[in-house]
Amino acid sequence: MPTLDHIVLVGASAAGLTAADALRREGFTGTLTMVGEELRTPYDRPPLSKQVLAGDWEPHRSTLRQDTDIQRLRMNLRLGCRATGLDTAERVVTLADGDRLGYDGLIITTGLRPRRLPFGHELAGVHVLRTLDETLTLRAQLLAGPRVVVIGAGFLGSEIAATTRGLGLDVTLVDVEPTPLARQVGTWVGGLAGDMHRDHGVRLRMRRHVTGMTGDNGRVTAVVLDDGTRLPADVVVVAIGSVPATEWLAGSGLALGDGVLCDVTCRAAPRVYAAGDVANWPHPAAGGRVRLEQRTNATQQALTAAKNLLSGPAEAVPYAPVPFGWTDHYGTKIQTCGWCPSDATIEVVDGDPQPRKADGDPQARKFVALYKVDGRVVGALGWNSARALREYRSHLTENSAA
Amino acid sequence: MKILIDEGKCVGAGQCVLAAADVFDQRDEDGIVILLDAVPPHELLPQVQDAAARCPALAIEVVE
Repeated sequence: MPTLDHIVLVGASAAGLTAADALRREGFTGTLTMVGEELRTPYDRPPLSKQVLAGDWEPHRSTLRQDTDIQRLRMNLRLGCRATGLDTAERVVTLADGDRLGYDGLIITTGLRPRRLPFGHELAGVHVLRTLDETLTLRAQLLAGPRVVVIGAGFLGSEIAATTRGLGLDVTLVDVEPTPLARQVGTWVGGLAGDMHRDHGVRLRMRRHVTGMTGDNGRVTAVVLDDGTRLPADVVVVAIGSVPATEWLAGSGLALGDGVLCDVTCRAAPRVYAAGDVANWPHPAAGGRVRLEQRTNATQQALTAAKNLLSGPAEAVPYAPVPFGWTDHYGTKIQTCGWCPSDATIEVVDGDPQPRKADGDPQARKFVALYKVDGRVVGALGWNSARALREYRSHLTENSAA
Repeated sequence: MKILIDEGKCVGAGQCVLAAADVFDQRDEDGIVILLDAVPPHELLPQVQDAAARCPALAIEVVE
């Protein structure tokens, strides 16, 4: 086991907090420092585009731990302070305020930054949604009853469209793909998701590129599409994906690509590990490198990274999870386990993808679909079928270590 | 050991059932957690702690 007196966690969200918990639970009694860019104690992101944006939750409900539980972790909290550099030879993390933190162990959990369009973001009314503050700013603007255009129909954009429509607003959802969620789960399930948006009164503009935005007095007035359509808008939300927050690691000597490139044990360099959205590692069952933008992964990978840091490379275990993700919109819960590639063959194995009109709710679909590639089951998706989906997880563990 | 769950936070991921199937289950209709045993025997503590740690919504509190 390596001698560890000071462990630094860079990133103060779900993965960073889980790592802190795990280190203390596993008996680490040394100094623990958590660095976070936002001036907030760790909070959860999945509720932001759902309950918090809807106003169903007070913002503090997304806080991941009460103050007393944070205190119990005995952390040196450096919140509101960005890490700006890493020297793996000297084992020093540099902070924006000029401070230098020496470490014996480092876990990187800096997550993602939203991608932005090359235009429009200078206009008032144009938003991205990643942080709690961004969510509250957007929510305040929604109270004026604006016309909303959401650009990007992945998980986040789809949820924002559903939530804003649920507030009674006029909502248009734009994407270059043929259906919502096409990249995430393919166009068959995506088509059902598109039907759900239409049934709830969201206008879909699929297979359309956004070519520009117009503004008046510095405030957005419309989104312009590649067919010349002008979508009037008072609020625009850009949800076109994210990029790993690794810019502070330039020149650190760490291998960077699509995220921090780790080995199978989540190790990026001696005594340096990464976990969560930012970590890219060779998944033993996936046949290549993966990076998972999933809340469940943030927790599970942080547990593994923390244990592997404490145990040292000789005792470290490979990280080989069955991925799990979910999205909620309009009261429908869509969950995935394993991989759901857009080119897979779909087989419905439980329930019925057709709407059940008999019970008076045309949206009440319920089914489990298996995703097959070359005849092999690589993933499963549950539509309002949380319990049934769990039963199919075993089909995946045969192909992928648990 | 006593277990407290927050149904309002539960997202129905089922991670708790995978960790401790003797203690947790899920409702069929929406996947929300069902507590099978609010005061489980002490030997299940590691599994229950694992369930609480893996819950992606932190909806499980374990009072030792």
